[in-house]
Amino acid sequence: MPETTAPPSRVPNRGYRQWTPFWFLAPAVLTLLLIGIYPTIFALVTSFRRYNIARPREGFPFVGLENYVSVLSDGTFWASLGTTARFYITVLPIQIMLGLVIALLLHKTGMGFLKALARVTLVVPLATTYAVVGLIGRLIFNRDFGVANQFLDMIGIGGFDWLGSPSGAFAAIAIMDIWQWTPFCALIFLAGLSMVPGEIEEAARLETSSKWALLKHVQLPYLLPGLTALLILRSADVLKLFDMVFVMTRGGPGSATDLVSIYIQRVGFRIFDLGTASAQAILLLVLTILISRLYIRILYKEVQ
Amino acid sequence: MRLSTSTLLHALGLATVVAFSLFPFYWMVAASFKTQADILASPPVLFFTPTLENYRAVFADAKVFGAVGNSLLIASATTALAVLLGAPAAFALARYEFRGKSDLWFWFISNRMMSPIVLALPVYLLALQTGLLDTHLVLILIYLTFNLPIVVWICTDQFKSIPPDLEQAARLDGADQFTIFRKIYLPLGAPGIAVSAIFSFIFSWNELLYALVLTRRNVQTAPVVATSYMSGYELPWGKIMATGTVIVLPVTIFALIVSRHMVRGLTMGATK
Repeated sequence: MPETTAPPSRVPNRGYRQWTPFWFLAPAVLTLLLIGIYPTIFALVTSFRRYNIARPREGFPFVGLENYVSVLSDGTFWASLGTTARFYITVLPIQIMLGLVIALLLHKTGMGFLKALARVTLVVPLATTYAVVGLIGRLIFNRDFGVANQFLDMIGIGGFDWLGSPSGAFAAIAIMDIWQWTPFCALIFLAGLSMVPGEIEEAARLETSSKWALLKHVQLPYLLPGLTALLILRSADVLKLFDMVFVMTRGGPGSATDLVSIYIQRVGFRIFDLGTASAQAILLLVLTILISRLYIRILYKEVQ
Repeated sequence: MRLSTSTLLHALGLATVVAFSLFPFYWMVAASFKTQADILASPPVLFFTPTLENYRAVFADAKVFGAVGNSLLIASATTALAVLLGAPAAFALARYEFRGKSDLWFWFISNRMMSPIVLALPVYLLALQTGLLDTHLVLILIYLTFNLPIVVWICTDQFKSIPPDLEQAARLDGADQFTIFRKIYLPLGAPGIAVSAIFSFIFSWNELLYALVLTRRNVQTAPVVATSYMSGYELPWGKIMATGTVIVLPVTIFALIVSRHMVRGLTMGATK
């Protein structure tokens, strides 16, 4: 959004009837209230009840904080949050580093056609249906004929059972996530690099021939907002991550890839304990709200 | 012209980026044209006689055909609704000052962060009680939770860039706000609206969790059907990959159209 258009939002305000914006906003706001807030309140109420639809004869009595107590003392729930955190700190540094390298390659002058081609192909992983990414993962990391093992064979390391072993499965979903989301990091960094004023970059290039110094002293300040956005958005995305992992491993083997969304889905729709699952979902929602407040606080300062 | 090492490394790096981005996608498409024997071959066959057998199997399968139809209907309907409801809201956010505006704004953005599992549980129960389970309508409505914010965000951005002088002139001619919105903002904001519609379509088309939980036999979407093959002993890999290709191809084309806006769409504009 160009800075020059900042004032107009106030200028045409004069002479407008006060209720006009209400009529424009009401349909969208009412719809979101109905489909977003109402179910959330319903989930909150459910989280205070015993609500197992596989055992309807027990009824759905209110049990106070019982579900929350059992969730907070449930080792598996904490383990799933731990696995989610471990996934985040595994994939994100790699995505950031690879993303930065790709952005620098795309920012460098020359190679016009190849650069345009690379930039366009970066969009392909981002658009690929997450569930299909999982299907591709199942094909590539297949124990018997997967291309990953055949590649390992070729360079002399014996292949192993990726999806059948805990560390292999974790690595496999991490690799697929790195494939899908590194382009996102690259595009954000590229946007940051292109914000560096041309003359400043030119002057700096005359001063120093060190690419590292250029990156650290000239380009880094322009990359920081993007980096902050990435750290926060990716944390929300990993908490949301379901489709690809569900297709590839269903959280297994054992609990090796049991991310928090996968675990809650299992409690709700395999065990049908919707009371407990709702309590877990509400806790996840609280975490998400904190993350989005942080995102807004840091990145939308100018709006407030 | 002498090729320097740096140029060579640059070219090599870029070629690696292209290969990195396309390999898994290529591997899927290649597998979709292979026979089962070629897929299971070890070492992998790079050159093979392509077969259309897998696609024939996919298009003959009423389940896949129906699922693609369901996905198409649901994604189009939810996108249309999101634009219909979101564009006027964006107009109000772009052009008016009112109390609670920033709170409203943040609420829209927070929806971007929300895990679908939070809503999937209560919506499942509500749909069960109201008989909406396994209908197109329930998915069309629930997808609005992420489509509406994206449409509002991108359209607000677009509407803000329309010069206010235009509407001053129209107002002097006696046009009311609804006319101004319809005659000035909608046509001039059309590119932004189109971009937001494409994003909304892509996100709805790709969605799996809600579709998995809220549908049974009648309204299965394409991703649900694609994942449903993944059980049993002898997996029909060629057919699975052909289905995957059929699902991914249309959204990839859409994504290429809006590739310039990808960052904006995925960050809700927090980075410029």
